[in-house]
Amino acid sequence: MSAVVTGIGVVAPNGIGHEAYWSATLAGVSGVGPIERFDASGYRCCLGGEVDDAAIAGVPGRLAAQTDRWTQLGLAGTELALADAGLDPSTVDDYRLAVITASSSGGNEFGQREIERLWAHSPEHVSAYQSIAWFYAATTGQVAIRHGMRGPCGVVVAEQAGGLEALSDARRALDSGAVAVVTGGTEAPLSPYALVCQATSGRLTDAADPADAYRPFAADANGHVPGEGGAMLIVEQAGRAAAPYGTIRGYANTFDPRPGSGRPPSLVRAIRLALQAAHVTSEEIDVVFADAAGVPELDRIESDALRAVFGPHGVPVTAPKTMTGRLYAGGASLDVATALLSLRHQIIPPTIGPAPDPRYELDLVLREPRPATLRNALVLARGYGGFNSAMVLGAAPGNTDGAARSDGPHRTDD
Amino acid sequence: MTRRVAVTGVGVVAPGGTSRKEFWDLLTEGRTATRAITLFDAAGFRSRIAAECDFDPIAAGLSDEQARTLDRAAQFALVAAREAVGDAGGLGFAAPERLGVSLGSAVGCTMGLEQNYVAVSGRGRHWLVDADAAVPELYHHLVPSSMAAEVAWEVGAEGPVKLVSTGCTSGLDAVGHGARLIADGQADVVLAGATDAPISPISVACFDAIRATSPSNDDPEHASRPFDRRRNGFVLGEGSAVLVLEDAATARARGAHVYCEVAGFAHRGNAYHMTGLRPDGAEMAEAIRVALAEARIDPSAVDYVNAHGSGTKQNDRHETAAVKTSLGPRAYEIPMSSIKSMIGHSLGAIGAIEVVACALSMEHGVVPPTANLHEPDPDCDLDYVPLHAREQRSDVVLSVGSGFGGFQTAMVLAAPGRAG
Repeated sequence: MSAVVTGIGVVAPNGIGHEAYWSATLAGVSGVGPIERFDASGYRCCLGGEVDDAAIAGVPGRLAAQTDRWTQLGLAGTELALADAGLDPSTVDDYRLAVITASSSGGNEFGQREIERLWAHSPEHVSAYQSIAWFYAATTGQVAIRHGMRGPCGVVVAEQAGGLEALSDARRALDSGAVAVVTGGTEAPLSPYALVCQATSGRLTDAADPADAYRPFAADANGHVPGEGGAMLIVEQAGRAAAPYGTIRGYANTFDPRPGSGRPPSLVRAIRLALQAAHVTSEEIDVVFADAAGVPELDRIESDALRAVFGPHGVPVTAPKTMTGRLYAGGASLDVATALLSLRHQIIPPTIGPAPDPRYELDLVLREPRPATLRNALVLARGYGGFNSAMVLGAAPGNTDGAARSDGPHRTDD
Repeated sequence: MTRRVAVTGVGVVAPGGTSRKEFWDLLTEGRTATRAITLFDAAGFRSRIAAECDFDPIAAGLSDEQARTLDRAAQFALVAAREAVGDAGGLGFAAPERLGVSLGSAVGCTMGLEQNYVAVSGRGRHWLVDADAAVPELYHHLVPSSMAAEVAWEVGAEGPVKLVSTGCTSGLDAVGHGARLIADGQADVVLAGATDAPISPISVACFDAIRATSPSNDDPEHASRPFDRRRNGFVLGEGSAVLVLEDAATARARGAHVYCEVAGFAHRGNAYHMTGLRPDGAEMAEAIRVALAEARIDPSAVDYVNAHGSGTKQNDRHETAAVKTSLGPRAYEIPMSSIKSMIGHSLGAIGAIEVVACALSMEHGVVPPTANLHEPDPDCDLDYVPLHAREQRSDVVLSVGSGFGGFQTAMVLAAPGRAG
């Protein structure tokens, strides 16, 4: 059984809806800037990728009052994805509609406000909605209720890796009878307390210039910019939709050994297992959407893994997340959306920022998009603490016809 | 499921005892561990009672650093994982690459998040919190996946590691997803369980705000009264349970002690209300039906139902209806009890703790009781095993859970060889 992605709902710092997002991404337009949601000028990291409030304007007031911004972004992304898929949930048996999302840090701004009310005032000041807005399951629950979806409902947490894990669980839900799954993830980590929490990871940049703050694989990389938003996706069994974006071909995840154990990091194993699960060789992967941590040690581990599997400069690598910042649970979901758009349009979107450190021996697609014949894309995501996820996405039949390269596509089918 | 999944080790940190033996003694004696809150000064709150763990991280074997930097929920999980691994006879037989973790938690490290918030905000006075007052481990509290990472490091897992957070069904779901990792061949051994430590001001306040918790502050020992007509809300709890799951064929080959097999698992959403339940229990009934079908076990073969039994009127009626719908007339003959009557409702953790209770029930041939059930709600007319444990051999056990967000989960546990 083949799982295809039929709808994409992007809510990103550099574009709402996949058309606007894709245009911005190909043009190298960044959504990163000084954080404006609150006065972040006193913090070491004061940059972020913020989503325009227009993205959530369609969330009804009644729902907005009982949800955090992260859930509102998820609800908005879901509407976009369902419309894009041309899927009317009311036409499908509710028990065969599933919702499986990723979250990394839950309802940050809502939660901070209510804890403040409790401590600055009294228990009576805490909102009746705190119990349903702060916890990690809020988005899945609200999406399921809004669209009458009564199939398997799940929530996974694996920091930045969670988006791929959710997609893998979505495919599993199709195997056990679901007809369509709303999946993906969003994140809203730009409240003061959440930002201060993130800063303690030591992975946030302290750069002040948005154009140059998040520079993965650069010799002087010094952390990432946090961002909000993500992408919701509709995953279905092949057949209904006339023109799906592509196929989920294979997935694997591994976990790194405890630091100091002397055992090697396991990202490379995740990549090999994902290729194996997808029944493709490394030669059949035409582009890699990198995790691109922007931390030298992590960039080295990722480039080592890519070199081990693909050889030096062996595969085009890109990190469009340089235009959004890292979106945590929304990040890998958005990377999947970007990879699918890339497969559909047969063009690799660029990474913005400086050239990579030559020691990494990466073929990084820099500044300008690169047309190419793209049969399969590999998406990598790593979650803080040691989570490694790798997913292979395949182009939809027909998308590689007439593409740029003269030697033609070598399509393999599941 | 394609490969069968055996439970070969269990570990528990629960109110009333920090080991599976103390836990089981409490349940079979029908004692309650609910009491006035001691973890913080609860004056001013509507519900001032909870089921607390008497837990000393150092005495439980954790290091000074773990005791200082890990959230209480992460500490619970580590201690429960160690006990489970010991019970399974160690994990030396498992390759790190084939060893996974599936941990559930509803509210993650909220205790650590709240305590640190108080410090960096000047007790809620500053919206722009003070970054210089933040402790280095604060990011671990923000992302609850850090707890799954801790368990993975503890046992040396380098296979699939995940944190499942589906509210109050997190525990059952985490065990179910862990079993799937084995059934589908992604791992051979999985540490599966859940943890939560929500007895802190913000969690107590948010349940106060919707009057979900019991206000029986004058009589905490009898406050958790599932299926009793005088029930008035759930009693918050805390704790963790972790199980060692392994490929049943491997377990048999190495001569491991097998408590039971995870034979079926299904979860559904009610698409109805974030905190409300449809009175007919349709979605829970559907989850039960699908879980039994996966196990290839006929509904008439169920010997015991471990209820969600939180002690709210809507829940008790909802799941009573769900069990009648899914098990048919025999529902009246099958004992169905709620251990939340004794150890409270530890949100995401409780589902895993209840799976351990089911495994021990099958092991010892004893069904735990529903404590405090003196006057059954006339609308709840099943056999809820009031007050006293009952000797009964069970080959097929059903455990159900229900949670905020509309989540409904069912799991079928079966004696080895019993599932189809």
